[in-house]
Amino acid sequence: MSILKLEGLSKSFGGLRALRDVTVEIPEREFFGIIGPNGAGKTTLFSVIAGQLGPTSGRVVFDGQDITGWSADKVAGAGLVRTFQLMRPFESMTVLDNVSIASHRRFRSTAKSRDHAAEVIERVGLSQYLNKMSGTLPTAGLKRLELARALALEPKILLLDEVLAGLVPTERAPIIDLLRDIHRDGVTVMFVEHIMAAVMALSERLLVMHEGAELTLGVPEDVVQDPRVVEAYLGEDF
Amino acid sequence: MSATTESPRGTKLPSALPQRTHDGARRQYIYLAVGLVVLFFLPFVLPESSQPVLVRTLIYGIMAVGWNLMSGYGGMFSFGHAAFFGVGAYTDAVLLTNFGISPWIAMIIGAVFSAGVGVLIAYLCLRYKLAGSYFALATFAFAQMFLLLAQNLELVNRTEGINIPLLPEDSWAMLQFGQDSFNYYWIPLLLLAAAVAVTIAFVYSRPGRYTQAIRDDPVAAESLGIPIMKYRLITVALSCAITSIAGSYYTQYYLFVGPEQAFSMHVSTDAIVPAVIGGVGTIWGPLIGAAVVGPLSELVAAVVRNPPPFLEFLQGVSGLDVAIYAVLLIVIVVFLPKGIYGTIRERLRK
Repeated sequence: MSILKLEGLSKSFGGLRALRDVTVEIPEREFFGIIGPNGAGKTTLFSVIAGQLGPTSGRVVFDGQDITGWSADKVAGAGLVRTFQLMRPFESMTVLDNVSIASHRRFRSTAKSRDHAAEVIERVGLSQYLNKMSGTLPTAGLKRLELARALALEPKILLLDEVLAGLVPTERAPIIDLLRDIHRDGVTVMFVEHIMAAVMALSERLLVMHEGAELTLGVPEDVVQDPRVVEAYLGEDF
Repeated sequence: MSATTESPRGTKLPSALPQRTHDGARRQYIYLAVGLVVLFFLPFVLPESSQPVLVRTLIYGIMAVGWNLMSGYGGMFSFGHAAFFGVGAYTDAVLLTNFGISPWIAMIIGAVFSAGVGVLIAYLCLRYKLAGSYFALATFAFAQMFLLLAQNLELVNRTEGINIPLLPEDSWAMLQFGQDSFNYYWIPLLLLAAAVAVTIAFVYSRPGRYTQAIRDDPVAAESLGIPIMKYRLITVALSCAITSIAGSYYTQYYLFVGPEQAFSMHVSTDAIVPAVIGGVGTIWGPLIGAAVVGPLSELVAAVVRNPPPFLEFLQGVSGLDVAIYAVLLIVIVVFLPKGIYGTIRERLRK
């Protein structure tokens, strides 16, 4: 059964058509990759799915429910959680409190939400920063923090927007392992990424976007052979 | 709820994990209790003539504590808290003089009414995505509308204002006592302590923590499932209710309220300045700021009334207090950007 269905999603900003008729069905537990050149509409797609933006037309069906036009908080509460390309920590708070804000959804008491947050923080490998102010984290730590906050909501599907961007290769490997772990635990993952090695290693299916529309969709090995993909995004050298 | 059973609680926790909320909140309540006891005895050691300054300082304190909830913790900078102070002040005066309603009850009705007005104003501003200085300007405009309204409404006696009739004897129910009664000091002291207690409870609770997350990054907060409008409006309601109580008490203490005393821009600044001087978004900052601003405003008033020879040109000058606030604010913003308490706390943490 598919957990997420996008039916003819379009989004225009004035005359600019940022998304054009995107139709995709994502089965439960899939690891679904999205690539495309800058401005292809990848982040807009995430924003429309997660409720930060309303679509101009089309429908989003999540877990059998039409969530088109739902507010972002309601979508997140239902189990569809996204992260942001630019990290957005709550800077007045410690790492623990950043995550416990998300845990509060399940645990009303601050103490219980912190217990739960501490478990999630340990899972993403941030325990040594538990009581540090979130603003003092290095980039790799902030990326893990974004993941921890999203995981603390216990999502059914995670939308990850360039979670590897800005990291050096040695920092990427443990995060890739972490993403595999999360996926193994039963979370469906949809991710936008530019690091092709990670895309090839993780994606079960791969969507290539170009100028707001689907260029092609398929198994990663096939997709990267497609001459249109090579021309629009990868370049001849890939 | 299944995950609770999946992960054995308590076994994986790092042992260093502090239970800071409860300890944190409890420690703040202890500071509050100690402070309250100390301040309770203040009138016994200070000269009788200092009572008006003390009362004014306490009123500033309540206003600033209220303002700080919305603007400091909520990140919604209000430049119109005169609206809520004034609604409290006038609700008290109108209910008392027209219907003989006890000021205590009028205080509660005024607080509820102010909260409603505040929620409506904030909803309109936030609905149309006003933020930062635009939000501040919109709140200012609403407060000015209330000023005009009070100046032109027959119900509140237009520009003449409303006098509260003096009673022949002391009455707790009507909140009137002999002129120098310590009750006039103890009542606002308890109201202020209650306002601080509400702040502590709020800041350490789930709604308060959500509010601070929303202030830090509304987009991230919303994407973590927090309905941001709801929690912002809860914060606004609390903030306006507290400031309204300061207004109601003002009317009772001075036995008079007019449009200028209730709704002028000056009143909004009185709520802002102590919080900014003491430390915005901290529990104790507004109180420390009020302790500076209260006596200072009295000192300035005394100088203007009766200047020493070398300052004779200040005789009867109006607006000197505002000029001094302005200088003080500039000094604070430059040298102590997080306010007196906020900056000290930060230095101590390092």
